[in-house]
Amino acid sequence: MTPLPAALDWDWESAFESLPSLLSAFLQVTLLVTVLSTALAAVLGLVIAMTLRLAPRPVAGVVRWIAHFIRMTPIVVQLLFAYYAFLELEPLTIGVLVFGIHYSTYMSEVYRAGIDSVPAGQWEATTALSMSTRRTWTAVIIPQALRATVPALGNYAVSMFKDTPFLLVIGVVEMVNAGLIYGGNNFRYIEPITLVGVIFLLASYPTSLLISRLEKRLAYRT
Amino acid sequence: MPTAPEQNDDAARGAAPDAPVIEFRDVGKRYGDNVVLDGLDFSVRKGDRVTLIGPSGSGKTTILRLVMTLEDATEGYIFVDGEPLTHEERNGRRVELNKKQRKRIRQKIGMVFQQFNLFPNMTVLENIVEAPLHVLGHPRAEVLERAGNLLEKVGLADKADAHPSSLSGGQQQRVAIARALAMDPEILLLDEVTSALDPEIVGEVLGILRTIAEETDITMLLVTHEMQFAKDVSNRVLMFDGGRIIEEAEPEAMFSNPTHERTKSFLRAVLGEDQIGTR
Amino acid sequence: MTDHLASLAEAAPRLAQGLSVTVQLTIFGALLAFAIAVVLGLMAGSSSLWLRGPARVVIEFFRGTSLVVQLFFYFFVLPQLGVDLHPMVCGVLGLGLNYGAYGAEVVRGSINSVPAGQWEATIALSLSPAQRIRRVIFPQAWALMIPSLTNLLVHLMKGTAIVSAITLADFTFHLDQLRRVTSTMFSYAAVGLIGYFVLALVLTGIMAMLETHAKHKLGQGRSLRAILSPAPTVAAPGGGAA
Repeated sequence: MTPLPAALDWDWESAFESLPSLLSAFLQVTLLVTVLSTALAAVLGLVIAMTLRLAPRPVAGVVRWIAHFIRMTPIVVQLLFAYYAFLELEPLTIGVLVFGIHYSTYMSEVYRAGIDSVPAGQWEATTALSMSTRRTWTAVIIPQALRATVPALGNYAVSMFKDTPFLLVIGVVEMVNAGLIYGGNNFRYIEPITLVGVIFLLASYPTSLLISRLEKRLAYRT
Repeated sequence: MPTAPEQNDDAARGAAPDAPVIEFRDVGKRYGDNVVLDGLDFSVRKGDRVTLIGPSGSGKTTILRLVMTLEDATEGYIFVDGEPLTHEERNGRRVELNKKQRKRIRQKIGMVFQQFNLFPNMTVLENIVEAPLHVLGHPRAEVLERAGNLLEKVGLADKADAHPSSLSGGQQQRVAIARALAMDPEILLLDEVTSALDPEIVGEVLGILRTIAEETDITMLLVTHEMQFAKDVSNRVLMFDGGRIIEEAEPEAMFSNPTHERTKSFLRAVLGEDQIGTR
Repeated sequence: MTDHLASLAEAAPRLAQGLSVTVQLTIFGALLAFAIAVVLGLMAGSSSLWLRGPARVVIEFFRGTSLVVQLFFYFFVLPQLGVDLHPMVCGVLGLGLNYGAYGAEVVRGSINSVPAGQWEATIALSLSPAQRIRRVIFPQAWALMIPSLTNLLVHLMKGTAIVSAITLADFTFHLDQLRRVTSTMFSYAAVGLIGYFVLALVLTGIMAMLETHAKHKLGQGRSLRAILSPAPTVAAPGGGAA
């Protein structure tokens, strides 16, 4: 068997035939998980960052190590762990939770840096004005800390998007799995796998460009 | 009306009729709309010590950077030892030369920077021997001996194995001078070499440069705000403003009796009101 | 609980083998990724469009198409094109190319942040372009890039999990079957998490030592030997803050 004829063996019919199932998996699973998990990571990340900052030292220490543990271990294994720990939950739900929690540990670092970057004078001013802790955080610190975190959240969303195929280990039919199912049924892998790659590239590259433009604009303003 | 500086010709001061070591012909440098140098003509002969003075932003440093080929002129031609440096005129058009040309000529030129620019990943000695060993390919024993002599000369013989970051600014600049001299350059470019130093250690660096000026015949082109040093070391001073040479004279004449209004006000600002004309 | 322990003891050899595969994938993947990162990073930082253009295309391609897609491409598509690779080779290739593309941005960025004066000094000393990079710029950029490379190394190590998952079993078909041995799988996953965490700690520890060493060579901070020496040469009490 010579490789060259095989290399030219691209079948447009298979490509078109596989496309609908890929696109439906893209919209119903890949995109859905990305959006929901990003929202979860954004909120939970802030909660972790505030806990690390405000909670008593032992509590903060425990939270820090848990976050560290989650950040340093593979999503794939976390998915499997959660899958067997919570058999009653839908795999898709597990996916959203695991991705959201995993990336919240990264987001918490971003928030922490954002909070640290608020100048000391701002804290001193809130003290001088006798503002409550609550007002200090909600009216002064968080609004300033948050702005610079938007591009980072975007970057993590893109990276989560590209990680969604990990979901196939718990049987979720996301894009790659949809491609593999098509491939298994029709003995044609080239077209669906290539198309999945193209869809990933077409969705992630422009988004990354937009984020880096946003990053530059925010950088100029400060 | 002051006469144009170009007419203040070399020959008028009875210099040796050698070919110039550095020659600028109608050199211009612009960044977009910002003109830094404009139709610049001047030459430096062998053994000359030429000081460039003028307000900041007048293009003095750019001249050194052009000679070192850290930047390219946008117009005109620069010659070193009679050879075109980066561009030459062919059939009335300005053509960029093969990069080999500038690489070859560059080896005759040494430069000392305002910020020293020592390599932090090397010791003092390694900084000095790097180029002689790896660029010129000289024998190791010879290079090491010469490096030792140079360190002796700049008063840092005991710092050969020290790390640049452990040295004071003045010591770092002395190492940088030794590093430039280790290449045995024909031309030494000194770019505000004392501007980043604390006032009390400026003297040690200038003292070494004075010695080098006395003991060698290296052609020097320097930018400095140390007018006394310029007076001691150089035999010509060029006053820059707006990307042009507006006045050129021997240091004594320049500092005691400047002709151009801009030079007068510049020197008054740098030296203080009472200094001009009284020296 | 005893159930879990018993099944784990039974599975110990398999777990040890799994760890060995993970370590191999991590080491070889990281070496390939680093080589690719340096080559692509230098190309992407070049002023020549002929070097920069292709590097950008390759970087964006491998960053943009998802590791898993690339792995399945090597597993399923390459054989159809007549290229049959050992699963381990597929894994190393996939990890190396994907994380190498990310690493290229790190290398490019670090080289860019070496001060312009260093480049100018290398030109003034007539160093050749290769000498400039090798002897002056890269040793300085190296210290700057280690923290980001450490992050990438941990990501790569985590990425080996998907490689193992893909090569070990076809989860889509066998999941129902596996449900029956839930407790075993749960224990495996738990042990796996701990194993990966320990591996990550070891890797970040090694990288921290590399960073200390690199910074010390640039005259920042203490030497590795001074830090690790069992009898620290701390000055007499009173010299408090180190």
